Amino acid sequence: MMRALARRLRLALMLALLPIVAPAQQAAQPNAPKPPPEQIVAGLSRDNIGITTSFDGSQILIYGAIKREAPEPENDKLAVIVTLEGPLVPITIRRKSRELGIWVNTASVGVASAPSYYAVATSGPLQEILSPRLDVQQRISIPLAMRAFSSSVRVADTKPFTEAMIRIRERQGLYKLETGGVRLVDNTLFRADFELPANLIEGAYKTRIFLLRDGQLVDRYQSAIEVRKVGLERWLYALAHEHAALYGLLALALAVVAGWAAAAVFRFVR
Amino acid sequence: MQIYLPIAEISVNMYTLLGLGGIVGLLSGLFGVGGGFLITPLLFFIGIPPAVAVATGANQVVASSVSAVLAQLKRKAVDIPMGLVLLVGGILGSAGGIWVFNLLTQLGQIDLAVQLCYVVFLGSIGLLMLQEAVRTMRRQRKGTGARKKRNQHTWAHNLPFKFKFRASGLYISVIPPLIVGVVVGILAAIMGVGGGFIMVPAMIYLLNMPTKVVIGTSLFQILFVSAFTTFMHAITNQTVDVMLALLLIVGGVVGAQIGSRLGARLKAEQLRILLALLVILVAAKLGADLIIRPHDLYSIAAGSH
Repeated sequence: MMRALARRLRLALMLALLPIVAPAQQAAQPNAPKPPPEQIVAGLSRDNIGITTSFDGSQILIYGAIKREAPEPENDKLAVIVTLEGPLVPITIRRKSRELGIWVNTASVGVASAPSYYAVATSGPLQEILSPRLDVQQRISIPLAMRAFSSSVRVADTKPFTEAMIRIRERQGLYKLETGGVRLVDNTLFRADFELPANLIEGAYKTRIFLLRDGQLVDRYQSAIEVRKVGLERWLYALAHEHAALYGLLALALAVVAGWAAAAVFRFVR
Repeated sequence: MQIYLPIAEISVNMYTLLGLGGIVGLLSGLFGVGGGFLITPLLFFIGIPPAVAVATGANQVVASSVSAVLAQLKRKAVDIPMGLVLLVGGILGSAGGIWVFNLLTQLGQIDLAVQLCYVVFLGSIGLLMLQEAVRTMRRQRKGTGARKKRNQHTWAHNLPFKFKFRASGLYISVIPPLIVGVVVGILAAIMGVGGGFIMVPAMIYLLNMPTKVVIGTSLFQILFVSAFTTFMHAITNQTVDVMLALLLIVGGVVGAQIGSRLGARLKAEQLRILLALLVILVAAKLGADLIIRPHDLYSIAAGSH
């Protein structure tokens, strides 16, 4: 509680000081390559997440400010998009059809890499603030997050499969688009909140921030959040994968001891 | 309270798992069955990946059968040579079953195979049990004690490799028990069950074993085959979740004690009818899932081929 409060306080202070501190920093290095007219200065509320035994999801706050050399352009509309992308993993999408009266998986499409989690928060409707060309180039919208099909695709049309994948993952809360999820204050400060679900997998979660004017990219910022199992979870997972035989014996020993001990306790009670 | 399962990689409510273990334990205490056939489908239902559910189910069977086996051994109700023959078959079957399990997982047909096994085996066993129980009840009402003749001469007596099983009072070939063991081992690996529900009738009706050693001998085989299956799943697929197993075991042990006390108050025939109905219900539910059009025809599985 106190820590969360302190963090919030520190954040507020930082956000308040940013416009003052920023020009001073810039002046110190006059020979640097010409920076974009507007730059993103950003921070994450945390740079790692530990999956503990009681883990049931997590919140991440991505915040920042826009640093300017010159006064803000008058007419162009400013927009910010923040994305958070989980580790890329191979998956298989399967379709059922009715065979001899029962529903059976009959067709499948392999996807070599698709993010296990992907959230996009924007300061406005995506089609208004982002040009399709830039979307393709930077792979921002959800349908573009999936990377590549496996070498052997045996169905004529893969589109229903990828649409189904997005639909299923959206239903599970693993893929989401939050229009208006980025709050922009005075065209200078922004923040986006992400709710991470409980069924996270381990790895680096890539964070990207895009600063856009009139659908064109002005500046881009990238960072990562490390999600790792910690403590008992880490130990058990590592043991299961690195010393599988030992883990198997441990599982059996636990079962035998628990089964025998429980019966003994009940006999004693009786 | 949510708890994150390290191998299943999902977060589940701890009380749900304890309750699940408890209910299955209650039923197993009440009816004297292992409960594996209930726990695996229930784990599917709460979202545990099938591979983890089956492997962890086998681990839970080890825990629930260990104390029962000790009790049966003390009572000398285990035909150890017969148990060993069944065990050899069981281990062969389990190794084969795990190979089939992995192959079907790659082909994307494992859910279907597991469901079909449940529907076919539970459905037929349930119906047989119901028929038997109803018949016995009628007979008791009439008061005629027409009992089944033992030591009939069947085809099994003409097979080679005969061996004397003292505790069972049988002099038969080792081939039929070996085959029974193999079938049970395959089912144990694919369905994540102990296999008692199929082994007990097979021992009584196919092998003609006396009822007094049937339960103990089948539990003896189940304990070791489940242990072997758990170990094999742990080293080939890394799908045994000890955290999940521990919660199910704790719930199951408490439930089993309550169940066995409750069971002492009910009549055996009523219990058998209830168990038969329960088994048929599970089979019917799984069967309906295969026939009714699913909400979404598409599904996502980890890994790419």
